[in-house]
Amino acid sequence: MTTIPKEIADSLPKALLEDLKEKVKSLSQTKAKKVMETVHQEYNKARVEPGECVGLVAAESIGEPGTQMTLNTFHFAGVAEMNVTMGLPRIIEILDGRKELKTPMMEIFLKKPYSKGKDIKKLAMNIKETKLNEIVTEFVINVADFIIEAKLNKEKIKDLGMREATLLTILSKEIKGATVKKKEDSLIIKPRGKSDSLNEIYKLKEKIKGTYVRGVKKISQVLPVKRGEEFIIITAGSNLKDILKMEEVDTSRTRTNDIFEISGVLGIEAARQAIIDEVFKVIESQGLNVDVRHIMLVADTMCIEGMVKGITRYGVVSEKASVLARASFETPIKHIINASLVGETDKLSSVVENVMLNQPVPVGTGLPGLITKVK
Amino acid sequence: MPKKLIIGKHDLIPKHTKLSEKDKKDLFEKYKISLKELPKIYKGDPALQSLNVKVGDVVKIVRNSPTSGESIYYRGVVNA
Repeated sequence: MTTIPKEIADSLPKALLEDLKEKVKSLSQTKAKKVMETVHQEYNKARVEPGECVGLVAAESIGEPGTQMTLNTFHFAGVAEMNVTMGLPRIIEILDGRKELKTPMMEIFLKKPYSKGKDIKKLAMNIKETKLNEIVTEFVINVADFIIEAKLNKEKIKDLGMREATLLTILSKEIKGATVKKKEDSLIIKPRGKSDSLNEIYKLKEKIKGTYVRGVKKISQVLPVKRGEEFIIITAGSNLKDILKMEEVDTSRTRTNDIFEISGVLGIEAARQAIIDEVFKVIESQGLNVDVRHIMLVADTMCIEGMVKGITRYGVVSEKASVLARASFETPIKHIINASLVGETDKLSSVVENVMLNQPVPVGTGLPGLITKVK
Repeated sequence: MPKKLIIGKHDLIPKHTKLSEKDKKDLFEKYKISLKELPKIYKGDPALQSLNVKVGDVVKIVRNSPTSGESIYYRGVVNA
């Protein structure tokens, strides 16, 4: 077998190297050497040259297909009637670094034997967040005693597999400023404060309707689906942290489409990977073709500060050193006024400000001037 | 009882390792940079839980890359 010389092995990326090893296996020594040298040469030729304006190329490469994307926000994912934001609105959502998503979603993978379909319905119901008004048939305000009576739906509680004692303890913990007692088939909720205005108690009644009873908070819909050989659970609403704590869940594959949640629970590197995956998924689903490298560049830029920053005037753009560059993006007057108040200087070291001043831009062949001092 | 969340095994998280002082110096010399110019990672980042890093350390990250198989990235640890 022919070995690859060290200087070639060191300069090639891993994927290319492995490909090369496979290809030269059957060749004779001299031929293999020639192939390797050619590959090395071609690789060096294909590399991005120093000073190449990769950001501009990335912007064009993502921007042009963006004009052809559907402006339709919603898309029903497959047979399952689940709303998912797709197309341009989703791309904007990711790249802006929005904290509130239009349709947060999770894909929960399960460990064996649950992935084979064991107890899948029960498990799904355990994950779905149940609120108080789902297990109560009616709320009545008793004006004379100033209490709220909530009539329980016994069947529903039985379906959920809950005991009434546990229900009571959860409720007394969740409902603040009121005591919860049980009387026959109803719950008696009595506000603790002295105030006895009807208004207050009405407000309380509306508030306790949304009280968390069981399940994982924020998960509003669950849907067990068979994908390939195994069952997974798709949810509307996302709560990665609590889901990963569950024993039945495969913690290595379960994921959400909420980038901020990922960066909080799994770290900044995971968030970067998630941005790439999510953007690529949208672009692919629209039948467009954008090289991953452009998306990788954008994702890297968003995650460079250790937290996810959107490409907005509050995020990545606010980090720019140049006043003029910031002003050229959005709200120019605000930026210029603020800069003049603190006496900022502009070193004119980047692209936009030099374009504005009609000067050579430090990009490509314009760059070396920055490196070599011209005397 | 809430189970403690063990992460570091998720598919999305690439491998993080702490650089030794010597490796750190070599890195800075090779690229002629200082810690300030490196991309940042917060000290409390979930992926650093088991690494026992302090502010000023450099973390080496080996990513899976769709284009080159594997790519190496460095981040300097900063305070949140």
